[in-house]
Amino acid sequence: MFAFIVRRIIQAIFVMVIIAGIGFTVQNKLGDPVRDMVGERVSVAEREALRDKLGLNDPFLTQFGRFVRNAVHGDLGISYFHNKPTVDVILSKAPATLELVFGSTVMILVLCFPIGIYTAIKPKTWFSRFVMGSSTIGVAVPVFLTAITLIYIFGVELKWLPSYGRGETVDIWGWDTGLLTADGLLHLILPSISLSSIMLPLYIRLIRSEMMEVLETEYIKFAWAKGLRRYRVWLVHAFKNTLLPVVTVFGVEIGILFAFTLLTETVFQWQGMGFMFLEAVERSDTALLVAYLVVVGVMFVVINTLVDIAYGFINPMVRITGAK
Amino acid sequence: MRSWQRFRQSYFFYSFKRDPVALGSFSIFFFLFMVSIFAPLVAPYNTYDTSTYDIMDAELPPSWMDDGEERFLLGTDIQGRDLYSTMIYGLRTSVFIGVGAVLFQAILGIIVGLTAGYLGGRVDSTLMRIADIQFSIPYLIVAIIASAIFQLAFGVGRFEELALPLLIVIIGLSEWPKYARTVRASVLGEKNKEYVEAARVIGLNRRLIMFRHILPNTMTPVLVISTIQVAQAIMSEAALSFLGLGMPVTKPSLGSLIKAGFEYVFSGSWWITFFPGILLVTFTLVIILFGDWLRDVLNPKLYKG
Repeated sequence: MFAFIVRRIIQAIFVMVIIAGIGFTVQNKLGDPVRDMVGERVSVAEREALRDKLGLNDPFLTQFGRFVRNAVHGDLGISYFHNKPTVDVILSKAPATLELVFGSTVMILVLCFPIGIYTAIKPKTWFSRFVMGSSTIGVAVPVFLTAITLIYIFGVELKWLPSYGRGETVDIWGWDTGLLTADGLLHLILPSISLSSIMLPLYIRLIRSEMMEVLETEYIKFAWAKGLRRYRVWLVHAFKNTLLPVVTVFGVEIGILFAFTLLTETVFQWQGMGFMFLEAVERSDTALLVAYLVVVGVMFVVINTLVDIAYGFINPMVRITGAK
Repeated sequence: MRSWQRFRQSYFFYSFKRDPVALGSFSIFFFLFMVSIFAPLVAPYNTYDTSTYDIMDAELPPSWMDDGEERFLLGTDIQGRDLYSTMIYGLRTSVFIGVGAVLFQAILGIIVGLTAGYLGGRVDSTLMRIADIQFSIPYLIVAIIASAIFQLAFGVGRFEELALPLLIVIIGLSEWPKYARTVRASVLGEKNKEYVEAARVIGLNRRLIMFRHILPNTMTPVLVISTIQVAQAIMSEAALSFLGLGMPVTKPSLGSLIKAGFEYVFSGSWWITFFPGILLVTFTLVIILFGDWLRDVLNPKLYKG
């Protein structure tokens, strides 16, 4: 087990170096820190002097070493547009994205279990057929179309729900939250529904098929034979054993949910990390783009490493195949 | 002719004829595919030619509505282009990128998977580690960051000129691990079979065994995931274009049409978003339905990952 953890951590470090390498190359080749600092009006000689002073004429490896050292210390340069350290900009936008992911995760968890179980128990009813049909279509509908449709129906035609921005937010220990005000929660509804629409069909199908499989097993037949009440068999005996696959998939899917926040945030002008990233691309804010790349990279590497190590504890097979 | 005869008597064709979903989805797919290929013949206007449209015609509603004009069946977009023609050309761009990206990722993934699976050992573990690592990061994030970097590197103007080949490369690069894993899994199943051993005994070289003997036998799972991958690639392209990192509005794909129309939904011009959206959903849906049917019929042992 120890060897497995060490190997996973070495791999994580290796990946981080590659991501840092990509980030550094982008910054080095595409960005110009001197322009970011002084603008276009300074003479060539002065710029050269500044380049020397900043160490931009040093050998590649020296510069890369400096980049990594600064990154480890949490310094990823200054955003050209915001005129603030990039890490601060990203951290100030992170709560919005995390709350969006949180909101749609809650929505998925609240909806997928009852619907999944119902469609497994009563596969022939019109509601089950409707759910299965719409989940097939749901997979083919891009998240931005769902979002636009929701805005058009609930925001423009019915005027029930606000369709852009985060609404009123409260600052709690530096965390800018919209979860504690009624206005903030109202603003969260449409974006969360749109974001959950990509994962919900998959989860309902997963739970349904797992549940149907479990209902065929011997121990469930035995439970019926014992004369247990229906709800006890369904919700206690059968449901418990559908949970494991759902939990294993969940770790991976959270990452995909995060990826789709970029689209949701664009449609709803949700001031999160994805929205910030696309603005940075539009403004050619290289430092911010590189910082985003590194932060997202670290996030995925850390999550994946932790998930893998956790699997290693649960399932020894992973350790063995990893060794080969 | 013989092979056509064989195909007609096969179980594959038999079950295809009997399944309304397969038949329906394939006919719609085939129809839309043909329309997109013969776009210049089908579309009433050539939307790439700026002399054919006039900004004065902008935002006209579909012809059956009050302000609609007979000339523009589904109305016009914000630049005064006939929406119907623009959609056909947009579908063509989407199909082109979808198929191109899948070909690109399939070639890359097959080479990697075949090499890793057949050679084994250190080559295998290195290549599959790379695939695993990329697989653990969602393809959409990879594609979005890659196109952002490309856009910075080339500048917006140059990126728009090169958008089509660049998108094929970007989407291809972001999804190749799926092929690599699938192919490797079936190569591992094939490589110890007798026909491979026989080929080895008569002294054929490794490359010949890999590409002429093993590869054809791994094609079933490749075919099955390819249909789904085309749908996936088209949706990725639409997402990228919607974010402004894909096809420009001058050479629109379905995604960039939706993006252009989105800003006008609030002012009531719903058709610029609605019709391209419906077309996109229909097209991906029929591909997915057909892919599902294909998977059930051919029933390969797919790598579940």
